[in-house]
Amino acid sequence: MSEPLLCVRNLNIDIPVGGGTLHAVRGIDFELQRGEVLSIVGESGSGKSLTSLALMGLLGKRIDRRADRMDFDGIDLTRAGKRQMRALRGDRMSMIFQEPMTSLNPAYTIGDQLAEALLLHRNVSRQQARDRAVELLEKVGITAAASRLGQYPHQLSGGLRQRVMIAMALMCGPELIIADEPTTALDVTIQAQILRLLVDLVREMDMAMILITHDLGVVARVADKVAVMYAGELVETGSAGAIFNAPSHPYTRGLLRCIPLPGRTARGAPLGTIPGIVPSLVGEIGGCVFRTRCDHAVAACHGAIPHRGEADHMFRCVHPHGHREDEETPA
Amino acid sequence: MNAMSKPDTPVLELRGVSKVYSVKQGLMGARKPLRAVNDVNLTLGRSEVLGLVGESGCGKSTLAKILLGLEAPTSGEVLVDGEAIGSHDRLKLARRIQPIFQDPYSSLNPRKSIAEIISLPLRVHGIGDHASQTKAVREILDVVGLPARVMNTYPSQMSGGQRQRVAIARALIMKPEIVICDEPTSALDVSVQSQILNLLGELRREFGLTYLFISHNLAVVEHLATRVAVMYLGRIVEEAETGALFDASRHPYSRALLDSVLTPEPGLGVPDTHLGAAYPNPINPPPGCAFHPRCASATAFCAARAPRPVASGDGLVECHLYDPETEMFQR
Repeated sequence: MSEPLLCVRNLNIDIPVGGGTLHAVRGIDFELQRGEVLSIVGESGSGKSLTSLALMGLLGKRIDRRADRMDFDGIDLTRAGKRQMRALRGDRMSMIFQEPMTSLNPAYTIGDQLAEALLLHRNVSRQQARDRAVELLEKVGITAAASRLGQYPHQLSGGLRQRVMIAMALMCGPELIIADEPTTALDVTIQAQILRLLVDLVREMDMAMILITHDLGVVARVADKVAVMYAGELVETGSAGAIFNAPSHPYTRGLLRCIPLPGRTARGAPLGTIPGIVPSLVGEIGGCVFRTRCDHAVAACHGAIPHRGEADHMFRCVHPHGHREDEETPA
Repeated sequence: MNAMSKPDTPVLELRGVSKVYSVKQGLMGARKPLRAVNDVNLTLGRSEVLGLVGESGCGKSTLAKILLGLEAPTSGEVLVDGEAIGSHDRLKLARRIQPIFQDPYSSLNPRKSIAEIISLPLRVHGIGDHASQTKAVREILDVVGLPARVMNTYPSQMSGGQRQRVAIARALIMKPEIVICDEPTSALDVSVQSQILNLLGELRREFGLTYLFISHNLAVVEHLATRVAVMYLGRIVEEAETGALFDASRHPYSRALLDSVLTPEPGLGVPDTHLGAAYPNPINPPPGCAFHPRCASATAFCAARAPRPVASGDGLVECHLYDPETEMFQR
């Protein structure tokens, strides 16, 4: 396999808080090839958005980011200065945020906001930037694109605004796109259209995409690779097929039992739950972070947790198969 | 308790309910009528769960507001237990119909304690003295699975799932017959969502509650609802028993909506819904069948004539394809 476009090793993010240090992200490893979609899935507070902001160099000043390695196409992002990051952002790597209403500037027209990135990063005329904006608006399926350039965000529907956000992220032809919950605020019909569009664009333009979401349906249908995040750690990683057909970490299995599966979950029957709450990440954290909510927890869960499995499907658990051996194999 | 059989008197009935808003387009524009809810007929038997689905802007939430008495219908009647309720009589209506809203972060007053929030309906209606109200709060907290010690805490000290339990407790303290759940779990994580859905299911069985369950998450609707109504541009275009609707939907819009659902099955990709054109502007609805510009089966006949509701099975469908008196009828 060729050198990955993005390679992250042992990423840690610490946030100073009143009572000490919050270890929000701990020891994360992943890599991404061109043309691949990696989905980071997890619940609120799991650190998935922080991870993406760390890649983009958008963490606040007080937040401490450390990594053994964080390479983007041979560029060491851990050493990249402000100027270098600014040159990369919006050009070779760009981001699509969740809320198209708050991420678009209400005081500027769609055309101005689309052209901005291109005018900043490329030596082009306003007319060229405008032509590129129209081209991309058409590509993301917006009709009468030229007439949209003079409109303001409030004149567009939610679905249209999200398409504008995608067009904006594509202006400079990025190699890496990070989409943070890009369809969470949209109707299912629009969600399907936007996701189809994103996947087609990734394949067509040979980009890599990190898709951050909590929606397991979206993950299953869109991702090539999946990373399941819990309380700041990746507990299971693998191909989408491996994660959904053979989930191994107790948390992944628990999550999949929480959602009604049409055809498999009996209508009205109680759904699975994950009792308890996410532990505090302030101060020293040792052992398995999921042990407080896990049915399979044993004394060894307080110790070091080994990585199990092969590179194409890995999980972290003291149990070789993700469950206590004295129990039946969980469904 | 016979949840599935239809009792003689429906607990809730809507007869020809319409809501027309008068809206102004632009600074100088003339006022135009916007039919948010257009001649809706619905019946709901005791202990049934009616799932109401449709894209944003279809009138789901306006319908919920009419039932709660927050909006008066322009025409038509709302009957509870066969008795017409003057929709402007908020107090009378609030004893029988209570809401659970989407966002437990904004629907609870941050400056009131949990006990004050939950007991407010009792105080508004002047039911009991302070001691009996406190006792009622204690009992209802137990029902929704919260410890009594949360009574003196504030919403900011609670997690999203706990807040939604408080919202449910507040709705149930009046012992209502009907609970309007407007996206009750869409702000919650999946592991918390399943707990709340299980709780709603238990409460329905225990107290014979009737739910109007508004959600854009069709997997959740399929799981919880006994009947489903599909809404498009203010009209119910199809209504049927849940199994019938999900296994053999008839209206082309229902089918497109169901096709958009991303079930967690890897390898299937993102479906193409062929819905193409965006949701129409409700101020200028398309002539004839409002869905015809997005419908794959539409003909010139659909653009010329509006379909009428046709009884089919134990539900109804509003499409020329199922109306034996039209030339479109397929058999």
